[in-house]
Amino acid sequence: MAFLEYAAAPESASILNLKAQYGLFIDGEFVDGHGDVFDTISPATEEVIASIAQATAGDVDVAVAAARRAYDRVWSRMSGSDRGKYLFRIARLVQERSRELAVAESLDNGKPIRETRDVDVPLVAAWFFYYAGWADKLEHAGLGPNPRALGVAAQVIPWNFPLLMLAWKIAPALAAGNTVVIKPAETTSLTAMLFAEILQQADLPAGVVNIVTGPGSTGQALVTHDDVNKVAFTGSTNVGRMIARQVAGTQKRLTLELGGKAANIVFDDAPMDQAIEGIVNGIFFNQGHVCCAGSRLLVQENVHDEVIDRLKQRLSTLRMGDPLDKNTDIGAINSAAQLERIRTLSDTGESEGAERWTADCRIPDKGFWFAPTIFTKVSAAHAIAREEIFGPVLSVLTFRTPAEAITKANNTPYGLSAGIWTEKGSRMLALVDQLRAGVVWANTFNRFDPASPFGGYKESGYGREGGRHGLAAYLEASGWDAPAALSAASSAPASASASKPARKTRKAVAK
Amino acid sequence: MSRLTVPKTYKLYIGGKFPRSESGRTYEVVAADGAFLANAAKASRKDARDAVVAARAAVGGWAGATAYNRGQVIYRIAELLEGRRAQFVDEIASSEGVSVAEASAQVDLAIDVWVWYAGWADKYAQVAGNANPVSGPYFNLSVPEPTGVVAAVAPQGVAGGSLLGLVSVIAPIVVSGNTVVVVADERAPLSAISLSEVLATSDVPGGVINMLTGSPAEIMPWLAAHADVNALDLTGAGSIDGAKGETWVDLQLAAAETLKRVVAPVAGIPRPALERITAFVETKTVWHTKSML
Repeated sequence: MAFLEYAAAPESASILNLKAQYGLFIDGEFVDGHGDVFDTISPATEEVIASIAQATAGDVDVAVAAARRAYDRVWSRMSGSDRGKYLFRIARLVQERSRELAVAESLDNGKPIRETRDVDVPLVAAWFFYYAGWADKLEHAGLGPNPRALGVAAQVIPWNFPLLMLAWKIAPALAAGNTVVIKPAETTSLTAMLFAEILQQADLPAGVVNIVTGPGSTGQALVTHDDVNKVAFTGSTNVGRMIARQVAGTQKRLTLELGGKAANIVFDDAPMDQAIEGIVNGIFFNQGHVCCAGSRLLVQENVHDEVIDRLKQRLSTLRMGDPLDKNTDIGAINSAAQLERIRTLSDTGESEGAERWTADCRIPDKGFWFAPTIFTKVSAAHAIAREEIFGPVLSVLTFRTPAEAITKANNTPYGLSAGIWTEKGSRMLALVDQLRAGVVWANTFNRFDPASPFGGYKESGYGREGGRHGLAAYLEASGWDAPAALSAASSAPASASASKPARKTRKAVAK
Repeated sequence: MSRLTVPKTYKLYIGGKFPRSESGRTYEVVAADGAFLANAAKASRKDARDAVVAARAAVGGWAGATAYNRGQVIYRIAELLEGRRAQFVDEIASSEGVSVAEASAQVDLAIDVWVWYAGWADKYAQVAGNANPVSGPYFNLSVPEPTGVVAAVAPQGVAGGSLLGLVSVIAPIVVSGNTVVVVADERAPLSAISLSEVLATSDVPGGVINMLTGSPAEIMPWLAAHADVNALDLTGAGSIDGAKGETWVDLQLAAAETLKRVVAPVAGIPRPALERITAFVETKTVWHTKSML
C-alpha cells in the first residue's frame, strides 16, 4: 500500500432502520400526503433510499391548522420551563441517536460521515440544548420585560445541512413559544423524518412541530399561507427575494439567510500552516455547499505563489469518495442539478480567462462528483468571482494593501461572512471594522456555535440565527416605556397616518 | 408703520448644501386657514438620487466617527434647536394651525428626543451586542453596526408632528452611524427645512442628513428601488396613495429586489425606543482563535 492510500473504513449503514416510504408528519402522526410520492436518492450511488410524500397546498393547510391548534391550546399556555424540558429531551435523544442520524445524513446528502458525525449532529444537539435553557428566561433576552411568541412559524430549509438547519429553525422557535410547520429541502428529507420519530419519543405535544415534505411549490404554499405569523427561510438569494415579495404588506415577520461570496483574506504574515488548512476548510468543507464558504481567496501578492503551491499540495492529499467511509474528506455533490450548475460556472470561469487547476482524484463511476478545483488569475469581473457557485471551487484574487483587500472583499452584493489570516491583531481588528459581513472569522473559518449569532448583511439576508439575537427572530418585543418626559411623543394622535389596509398576500405574489 | 418683511426661500438640503430642485418645480405651502406661506421645492427623482450619492459618501466618516463624537454632535443639534426655538414655534403655529403653546410643546419634545437619542450613541452597542460563550478556544463577540444609507418618510399630516415626527424618525437612524435621505411632511415642511439650517450650522457632516420636500408618493418609489439604499423607514408612508393607487406595500415590494431592511408604517408619531435604533443596524460576529499556551 503506497503512501496516502488507505484501506476503506466504511461506517455501517446497518444501524439504520429505515422505512421504504415516509409520509408527512402532521399533528404528531405520520400521515400520507395527497400529492405524488417522490424518491430520495443517495447522491453517491444514485440508489433510492426511500420514497417521500409530497405535500399539497391542502396538506399544508392541515399542517398549519394543527400548528395553530397546538399553539392556542397547548404550547402558548405551557410554562417556559416545561417548554424548555421538552427541548432538553430532544437534545438528549439526538445525542443518543447521533450515530444513526449521522449515517442517515451522509447517505441522503452525500457529505462525509466525518462531518456529519463530528459537526452536523453534535451541533444539532447543542442547538437544542442551548435554546432549551432560554425557554424560561425570555425576559432576559433584551426585548423588554414581557416578550411574546409570534404564533405559527413557517420554515423552509436548504439541503446543505439538512438536520442542522432544521435545528437552527426549530429550537429557537419552540423556545420562544411558537409552533412550527417546516419544509425540508426536496433532496434531503430523510433526517427530518428521523427527527419526527425523536419528537414522538420525546412525547412532544401533537402539532407543535409539523413537517411537510415536497418541492418548492410546497414551500410556497407554506410561506404564503394566511395563518402563519412568521416566515424563516434559508436558501438562495433569488428565492429569498421572491419570499420577501410574497410577505410584503402582510403582518408576517421575516428572516432570511441567503447566499454569500465570502472573501478569505490571507496576509503575508499569516500563520501559514493554519491558513492553508483554513482555506481548505473554508471552501472544501461540505463540498463547498456552504452559504458562508470562503469562495474568494484574496491573497497578498507576495505570497500568492507560495500559498497556491501549498494549497495544491494539500488538495492532492484529500480523499474523495464514499461518504460513509471514515477516511473520506470530500463527499458527493448533493444532486445532478447542483453538479450541472457547478460545471457550468466552472466552464464559464475557464472561458472568461481564469486558469483552472483540478485535484487529481479518482471519480467514482456512479453518483455526482466534482473534484476540488482552484481558479487563479481571476479578476473581479469574472462570473466565478461574483456568483455563488456552491461547490468545491475556489477563486483566487490578489491584493497588495489592506485597503485594496477591503475594497475587493466588499465588492459584492452579498455580505454573509469573511475570513482574515494575519498574526497582527491590530490589523485584524481594523479590517474587521471595515468588512461588510455578518460573520468574520479571524485565523479560523467556518466555525458555528449555538451561542454565536449568524447571518448576513446586504443581499445575504436579514435577521440572525444563534445566540440571543436568534431568539429575537421569534419574539415580539414588548419594549420599554419611553421616559416620562418624552411620553407625549408616544401619545400623538393617530388620525392622518393610519395605514391603508395591507394587501392580501396573493396579490403581492402576482407582482 | 410696519416694516415690510423679507420672506425666506425654502430649499432642499443635500450633501450639506441647499439646492433648489433640479426640476425647477415648487409647490405652495399653505397655512391651516389656506393662506399662502411659502413655495417649497418639489424634489424630483434626480434630487433623490443625488441625495443618495451624498448620503453614501458620508457613511464612512460618520459611521467611522467615535460613538462619543456622534453623541456630542447629536447633542449639539439639540443645543442649536433650543437657541432657535422661537423660529420653529412660529413656523409650526402657522403651518399646523396650532396654538403657540402647543407649538412650543412640540419643539420642546423634539429637542428632548434629540437629547435622548444622543445619549444612546455610545451605549446601544453595549445593550445590543454580546460576548458569546462558544464551545471552543475562540474569542467571540457580536457588535451592532450601522446598516448604511436609510431612506425614510417622516410622518405625514400628523397634527402636532411636523417637526417632532421628523426628528423621531431621523434621530434613531443617524445615532448609530447611518446616513439618511428623508422626505419631510409634504403639507407642513417648513420646520423640516429650518431644521436643515440648524444641521448645516451644527457639527453634523454634510450628507449625513439629507432633507427632501415634495411628494413621498412620487419620490419614495425611486428610493425604495435604489440599489445603494440599505434600508427603508416607512414610518410616515402609511397614507401614501400614488398616481396609480400605489401604497406603501409597493415600496416594500420594490425594496425586496435588493433585500432592503424595511420598517413598516406607524400611526402617528413613533415613540422614542431603542428598537428604532436597532432596526437599522447589522450584527457582526467576530471569531478569533486563542492560541495554545
